[in-house]
This record gives sequence, structure tokens and C-alpha cells, in this order.
Amino acid sequence: MSEGQQQGSRLDPWVDSYAKRTEGMKVSAIRALFSVATRPEVVSLAGGMPNLAALPMDDVGDMIGRLIKEQGEVALQYGSGQGVTKLREQICEVMKLSGIEGHPDDVVVTTGSQSALDLVTRLFCDPGDVVLVEAPSYVGALGVFSAFQCEVVHVYTDEGGLNPEALDEAIKDVVAQGKKPKLIYTIPSFQNPLGITQSPERRKQVLEVALKHKVMVLEDDPYCMLGFDGVVPRAIRADDAEGVIYLGSFSKSIASGLRVGWALAPHGVREKLTLASESSVLSPSNFSQMTVSEYLSTQPWDQQLKAFREMYRERRDVLIGAMEELLPAGCTWTVPEGGFFSWVTLPGGINTTTMLPKATANLVAYVPGNGFYVDDEQGSDAMRVSYCFPPLDRIPEGVRRLAATIEAEQELIETFGPSATKSRKSGPSTPSPEIP
Amino acid sequence: MSELVAVIAGGLSAERDVSIRSGRRIAEELRKADFEVAILDLDSTLVDELIRTKPACVFPLVHGPEGEAGSLQEVLAALALPFVGSTANGCRRGFDKSVASGLLEDAEFATPDHVVMPQGVFRELGAQRLLEVVANQIGLPAMVKPNRGGSALGATRVDSADELPSAMVAAFAYGDEVIIEQFIEGTEIAVSVVDLGDGPIALPAVEIVPDSGIYDFSARYTAGTTEFFVPARLSEDALTKAYELAVAAHTTLGARDWSRTDLIVNSDGVPHFIEINVVPGVTETSLFPQSVQASDFEFPALLTTFVNNAIDRG
Repeated sequence: MSEGQQQGSRLDPWVDSYAKRTEGMKVSAIRALFSVATRPEVVSLAGGMPNLAALPMDDVGDMIGRLIKEQGEVALQYGSGQGVTKLREQICEVMKLSGIEGHPDDVVVTTGSQSALDLVTRLFCDPGDVVLVEAPSYVGALGVFSAFQCEVVHVYTDEGGLNPEALDEAIKDVVAQGKKPKLIYTIPSFQNPLGITQSPERRKQVLEVALKHKVMVLEDDPYCMLGFDGVVPRAIRADDAEGVIYLGSFSKSIASGLRVGWALAPHGVREKLTLASESSVLSPSNFSQMTVSEYLSTQPWDQQLKAFREMYRERRDVLIGAMEELLPAGCTWTVPEGGFFSWVTLPGGINTTTMLPKATANLVAYVPGNGFYVDDEQGSDAMRVSYCFPPLDRIPEGVRRLAATIEAEQELIETFGPSATKSRKSGPSTPSPEIP
Repeated sequence: MSELVAVIAGGLSAERDVSIRSGRRIAEELRKADFEVAILDLDSTLVDELIRTKPACVFPLVHGPEGEAGSLQEVLAALALPFVGSTANGCRRGFDKSVASGLLEDAEFATPDHVVMPQGVFRELGAQRLLEVVANQIGLPAMVKPNRGGSALGATRVDSADELPSAMVAAFAYGDEVIIEQFIEGTEIAVSVVDLGDGPIALPAVEIVPDSGIYDFSARYTAGTTEFFVPARLSEDALTKAYELAVAAHTTLGARDWSRTDLIVNSDGVPHFIEINVVPGVTETSLFPQSVQASDFEFPALLTTFVNNAIDRG
């Protein structure tokens, strides 16, 4: 045995050097469970990966080959921090579908809209500043706000989306506490995780509240092209150019692996966004931007979007049909009119975080609802289920396994009583992006 | 030509990632020792792959019931493949906490008082009354955990009776039987045991001091959140007793080649057996590699001996 080893070790020599904002960055058992979802035996209703089966890979491959042959020296070089000019012009054409009249000079291309979210938060939020979000909200956004040490306030969200009266009250409360509300983060169309969509009236009301209190709206709109009726909802940004930063993405409408998103921002914000982006990534990938640009120029994007919509609508129908047939009485769920997700609420005080190990043992995965809140208690009786990625014919089997899991958990709760349903969240409880 | 070692890692439990990381690490070390190594997952292709490649030795590193309860070892024995680690019988005895505790208790080692029950008993006899009885018998605080599981998954310290129901539900999420055991206040240590052919010997004990006070899944696998002392800051007498217990656990339960026994040493210096791991983790934050590092052994040489001994056993 070696001697002189009484010095304690933490197996990480930098443990005293990390920034305070890393405190929540821990391994969690719940997140570890999601690694099982990568196995083919498991029907994963957990992930949010777009399904690329409908993308014409041969055509895309030919197009990329031509791009490299003809413009390789540009595509594989550094580019502008703000993004490729031609693509920014095309993005403005794309945004017209949402009713937005934007100028290419006000567009900043980013590495997916996630990067735009990060940059905007960096520009606006000091530690302790308040960001108001839907209840529940996109976990990737909550992660960004947490990393910048913002205080996140969930605002009551009803079947029509973010509730404007509740938003008004929440802002007043924040101000009364001497805090600064900096951003209202909202996903108005086919929201992640709820799957619901704000009506045009609701969007106007939300905007009015934001303008009244002079709080910037951060409108995240990645699913807007995936409405099953083919209609692209009018964006909040379409009605106000100064009070809204609009985030868009090609991840769901073309391919997520290209990592191309953008922010459309008021002039003053855009200048800072470009500088912040340059300091973060120098420039977004020229290759990815030119691929998207070429795709929009040469491929039948409208037809492709139609194929995506039809694929996801069929999957939605299969999921909802299976849930109607198989889930136990008392379960309720949203019926999305676009996008990837439905939000399922369970009866009888079942805690979906506690139940997840049993579900993965039954070879089905979902995301526990409390992952979409900043605290442990909210959403503990709910889960997000996605229909975007699993093979169509496996979705009913996934729901069948989920139903059996819920029934077994109901029996357990009946045995031990309602006090057995305490929240058990510890650390991140949502999957990483590559989980199917 | 170097011999092929098949490392089996992954599986379908919550410890899948842990197992995969352990598997990669073992594979790297064996490659340094000039073995050819294939990493295989525990899935429907495994048997065909083992038959096709005929490895000279298999190194099972799957955690959870699939890898530690004996079924994988039964399969390897049925395929007549030499493998590192405990036999199916040894795994079964070690993986079931109540069986392991009972055998050590019979051998007159200290173990926490405990009760093991399936869900059905609570349903049929009434959970509230039964929990009252159990809490009275065991006393509080108590540990509630799955009877067959690892990495502290589903484990909860219960300080008051009203915390018992939620702890039970959390434990039943990972298995059909739950063990409720007396909480032993003291120093938490892990003692790894290796047998290189001359009988089992204990490696330096690792003392575990988690920042949160609980050595749960997060504290185990998030570097920096737990402080370790190797060897443990205990008296020579307490360490000696702990080593005796770990070696006895290895022998009594029929473990082979390697094991790791988790113990709590109370204020009187008495080590209490908590559980044995017959497939110890070997990730960057795992306990077994820390024991090896503090010993006179080199990790690759140790693994090479395990493999060669397995091959010699045939």
C-alpha cells in the first residue's frame, strides 16, 4: 500500500475554479435513463429530433457536391459574423410567410436559434434579471437563462397559450419586488412542450402587455412552418419591429444537423448581436449557410415542407388515436395542430419523474413534465410525448407500454397513498439533443 | 497474434452510460497490454457475435440486473467462454442485498437490521400499518432502496415516518422488492478486493465524503462533488476489520477475481456490511480505480492477470 495519501481528492483539480453559474451542472439519474432510449428496443417518445426520412438525400447530396465543386473555397472559408448576405435575403423571404417584413441588414445568422437565444440573453440579462416564460417552457431556453443566472418566472399558460392578464400581473409583481423584467420568452406556435398555439388575438394581447411595460419580447418560432393545415401563423414580430426579437430556424424545416438559425432584431440590438456573435463563434458556418441558401434556391422547398407536414400530421394522428384507445381514464392531453409534441397530464398524483425508471424498464421513454419548469414541483404530474422521430408503426406500441406503466404506478400510489407522490427531481431531467 | 478479449458493456439499465464508460476504459487498458479488444453491447446480436468471434476471454461490465444478477454469466458459461469475474451463483448472491447481508450476518459480521418486502405484501396487508410496524422494528433514520440495484438509484434516507411512502415508491421504480435497513451513522468506505490467483486481498479503502451528505447518483458521477480519502482516515484497527470484512464478503458470497464492498464504520470502529458489487464501476469517478491507484498494483497489469487467469480457467 502506498503511504502519504491522506490528502483528499475530488477527482477534478479545477473544482474550486468553476464559475458560480456551473452549480447546477450535475450528472442526474433521470438524464442517465435517457441513454437507454438510444436502444432500438425502446420506443422513445422523449426526444425532439426532426425526422429526416422525408428529406431527399440523393438530391441534397448532389447539391452539396456541386456547392463544394463550384464554390468550395468560399463555403469552406471563414465568413461574415452577421451571416451570408444572400441567405439573409432569403430568410427575409421566408419570414414573409409569417407576415414579417424584415430587412436583411437586421438579420443575424446563428448556429441554430439556440445560439441566438444565448446571444440575446447575454446582451440583455445581468445576474438576477427576470425572464418571463410560459408555464411550462422549452428546457433549452431555461438552461440558457439559468447559465446567465437569470431569475425565471413562469407565467400561467392556458389552452390558448401565454395568458396576457397573468403576464401583466407577473410583470407588476416583478417590478414591485424591485427586480428588472428583461425578456418575455414565448414560443407562440406549436409550443414546446405543450404543443399549443396562440391565436392572433392572444398574440396581440401579449404584445400589448409587453409594450406597456417596455419589456422585450423574445419570440422563438422554430415550428411555425409545420402547421398541419399548411397555414403559417402570423408572428408577433409581424406587428411590431422594435419591441420583438424574432428567432427562426431551419432545423425543423430543412435539417437540424446544418445548425442554421437566425435572429431578426431591431437595429440597435442587431449591431450588438453581431458583435456578440463574432466574439462567440467568429462567424457561423459558411458551408452550412450556403447549403441552406442553395437548398432554398434549387430545391422544391414548398413541396418538402408539405411532405414534412403530412408526415408529422400522420404521426400526430397515430399518437392521439393510440392515447385515446389505451391510456387509463383520467389522463388528458393536448392535441397539437402542428409541431412535434403533446403534453399529457396524469391523474391521481402520479409523479412522472419517479415513474420514469419503470417506463424505461418497460422499454418506453418520455420526458417528465418538471423538466420544463425551473422548480421541482410544477409539472410533476405531466409529461411531454413526441411523435416526430419513432417509426410510425412503433408509436402505438410505445403508448401501450406507457399505459401499462401508468397503470402499474397507479397501483403503487393506491398502495402507499397520496403522500407517496413527492417530487424527486435531482439535476437535469431532460434528454440531450441527440436522444431520439 | 494478440488474443481477443470481448468487453461487454451497455445494457438497458439506468447505468448504461456508466457501464459504457467503464467498458471503454477497460478496453483502453487492455489494448495497452497488447490484447485485441472488441466492445459489445448486451443486445440481440451478442450471442451470434460471441459465437462468430470466439474471444479468448470475455470481460463483462454490464451493471444492473442484466449484468450483475447472474444471467449474463449463465450465458457465457453456456457458450463455454472464459470470463472475468464472478460466476452466476456468485452474482446472484451478491446482487441480492438481503441474501448477501444474511450470509454475512450468519458469518457473524455486522450488518444493518433490515426488512425486505415485495410490493404485493404492502398491497395485501395495508401499506400504512405495515410501514409503521417496519419503522418501529428498524427504527429511524433508515435507508430505503431497491433490494436488487446499484449506483444508489432509487435509494433514499428516511428520517421521519411520513417520508416512507415516497421513498417506497422511488425504490419500487427500480425493482419489485424493497429493502428497508437501519441507517448506520459513521464513515462510509469502499474496499476493493482482488484475487490474482493466490487468494483475495483487500486494496486500500476509499473513504467517501459527498458534499451533499448523500452519495447518490449525482455525487457518484459528477467529478468534484465528493471528496475521497485513500486510504480512509480510520484507525489501523478499524481498517484491518474493514479489510477482513471485505475479504470475507468476497469469499462468503463466492465472488471471483474482483469485487468492491461498501461499508460503514461506526463510531466504535465496527465496520457494517452494506453491499457488495461483483461488477465494480471503473469510470473516471469510480472507487475501484482509486483503490488500485493507491495500491502497489498497476491497472493494466491487474487486468491482464484477470484475463489470463480467466483463460487458464477455461
